[in-house]
Amino acid sequence: MTAASPPEVLRAPLVVEFPFTRSLGPVQSAFLTGLREGVVLGVQASDGRVVVPPVEYDPVTSEEIRDLVEVATTGTVTTWAWNDRPRPNQPLDTPFAWALVRLDGADTALLHALDAPGPDAVRTGMRVRIRWAAERTGAITDIACFEPCDATTAPQSLPAPHDGIFREAVTGIVAEARLDYVYSPGRAQTGYINALSERRTVGERCPSCHKVYVPPRGACPTCGVATTDRVEVGPAGTVTTFCIVNIKAANLDIEVPYVYAHIALDGAGLALHGRIGGIPYDQVRMGLRVEPVWTEGGRYPDHYRPTGEPDAEYDAYKELI
Amino acid sequence: MTGPRTTGYARDVAVVAFAQSDHLRRTDELSEVEMVMPVLHEVLAATGLKAGEIGFTCSGSSDYLAGRAFSFTMTLDGVGAWPPISESHVEMDGAWALYEAWVKIQTGDADTALVYAYGKSSPGSVRDVLTRQLDPYYLAPLWPDSVALAALQAQALIDAGETDEPGLAAIAARSRADAGANPHAQLRGAVPHGDYQVRPLRTGDCPPVGDGVAAVVLAAGDLARQLCRRPAWITGIDHRIEAHGLGLRDLTDSPSTRTAAEHAGLFDAPVDTAELHAPFSSQEVVLRTALRLGDGVTINPSGGALAANPMMAAGLIRIGEAAARIHRGASDRAVAHATSGPCLQQNLVAVLEGDRA
Repeated sequence: MTAASPPEVLRAPLVVEFPFTRSLGPVQSAFLTGLREGVVLGVQASDGRVVVPPVEYDPVTSEEIRDLVEVATTGTVTTWAWNDRPRPNQPLDTPFAWALVRLDGADTALLHALDAPGPDAVRTGMRVRIRWAAERTGAITDIACFEPCDATTAPQSLPAPHDGIFREAVTGIVAEARLDYVYSPGRAQTGYINALSERRTVGERCPSCHKVYVPPRGACPTCGVATTDRVEVGPAGTVTTFCIVNIKAANLDIEVPYVYAHIALDGAGLALHGRIGGIPYDQVRMGLRVEPVWTEGGRYPDHYRPTGEPDAEYDAYKELI
Repeated sequence: MTGPRTTGYARDVAVVAFAQSDHLRRTDELSEVEMVMPVLHEVLAATGLKAGEIGFTCSGSSDYLAGRAFSFTMTLDGVGAWPPISESHVEMDGAWALYEAWVKIQTGDADTALVYAYGKSSPGSVRDVLTRQLDPYYLAPLWPDSVALAALQAQALIDAGETDEPGLAAIAARSRADAGANPHAQLRGAVPHGDYQVRPLRTGDCPPVGDGVAAVVLAAGDLARQLCRRPAWITGIDHRIEAHGLGLRDLTDSPSTRTAAEHAGLFDAPVDTAELHAPFSSQEVVLRTALRLGDGVTINPSGGALAANPMMAAGLIRIGEAAARIHRGASDRAVAHATSGPCLQQNLVAVLEGDRA
């Protein structure tokens, strides 16, 4: 005889995408606009060092700095790491080296990809130059990558002061990001969601205070202990409080005004929320007895409608408001 | 019995209990609160305190791991957050939550604190997720992952003659061998050193990705002595940060760790134990130098982050492991280190001492 296998836990893809719009300020604006124009700018720190890529505040004194200088598009690798399996979104989709490059005229290094045939072709101290992207918009990715260059290339006579002024300065960037997850809601919520697929609502009872939580999250926030005793609640319940929604939400096909309510399902220790239908919005009231309405293929109740029972007494639900 | 070394702090504060989960590659069957709660119960049981008797609660975690906003509020159900408790959260390793709790006790607002931290990395791809903590203008658009950045640091160390690939492999092997005595660790015993992940780092030089939880209880003064037979007094604690530009830094050194250690009083007397949060073998080389650890110091007897690196909890675990050694008399003066961010960006150093017999 084998032990019972644990109930299968739900899993589903979860995609998080966020396009952050960021403003740049004078130093970063000049740097990124410069990249668009094929010019690399740094900033002079209070100790005279040329910082590339430039920062807005001195890394030692924290004073604001903005004396811009132009540096070369050639430089020297200060350290590197060979990346055999590029990951999504990285600058090159063929094996490459990550490299910190100190551009000629700069005292600090810039991180980017280095396109080289293999790790044997890369070493600290090697000479490299910028390979520009074909289309440039004013972003760090305007540098497509670095590429090896002739060691005899003479350093140009840089750094040279630069006013940082370009036509049509880039003042902001949109930082796009997408992260992919596989979400699993855990034991308690899996039980809840699976029961919903059978048009049942289950909660979990706290072994200490005996309150029934719905939806269950696996813990009683009052007692700080696991809730493991599964309890079926409802299907009918009582409106404990409500509001009237007058503004239509985007992508929501519900006519306004409508009522959104807290509903204490029979046997539950706290109310969950849902929309009330089947009754004019201005006739919904505290104590109204309601039941769930499921639509064909629905994964959860579409809304709740009156059962026709007499209203519940205030004392019967006042603890659940 | 004599008390701890004079600290100059307003109050004597000690770690009086530590607990952690088993660290696992995946915990699909558990939500965050389901994962956290047993560890909270265990650490409270060790002190005899009930949840409602704790003066302050502080946690460390990151929404980016789970991909959900305000995910920490869910785990609050596990500490008994109703009626309302005095509580805070840091979007960072729990070692920084411990620092906040320590400050809270120093102010006199609380006599005890529950500090916990958790990371459920399994839902996402943690190497890619961590790129989102980088500078959004110059670094994040390139998606340099956590292993790549650590590899740049490792190559800089090799170029500087501070270590070589066999040296890194030896650190990894020692860590996993020591973890054999740690029932909670994710990787124990001999682990193949493997292929290059990002050269010069091989699989063995990198931490396992996993889910896990840690918790400690702090207490002040005589209360600490009532709750614990041999409290681990925090005689110094400090945290510092490097300049955010990676190319501005000397990656072979960690001046922020050294400064934090000086302010924590680490160099005032020898330590016998060091629990270092070095997720990559190469980072132990940097920390060993910054903290001036000699050959006589036992480093990462727990196996360290190379054996179990639950994001946001691994730094707190270092403090907990160091404290646990003091609790059981295996150490008299220990240093615990926690880090956050790429290439040892931020560093926290705590010095822990037991009462002398």
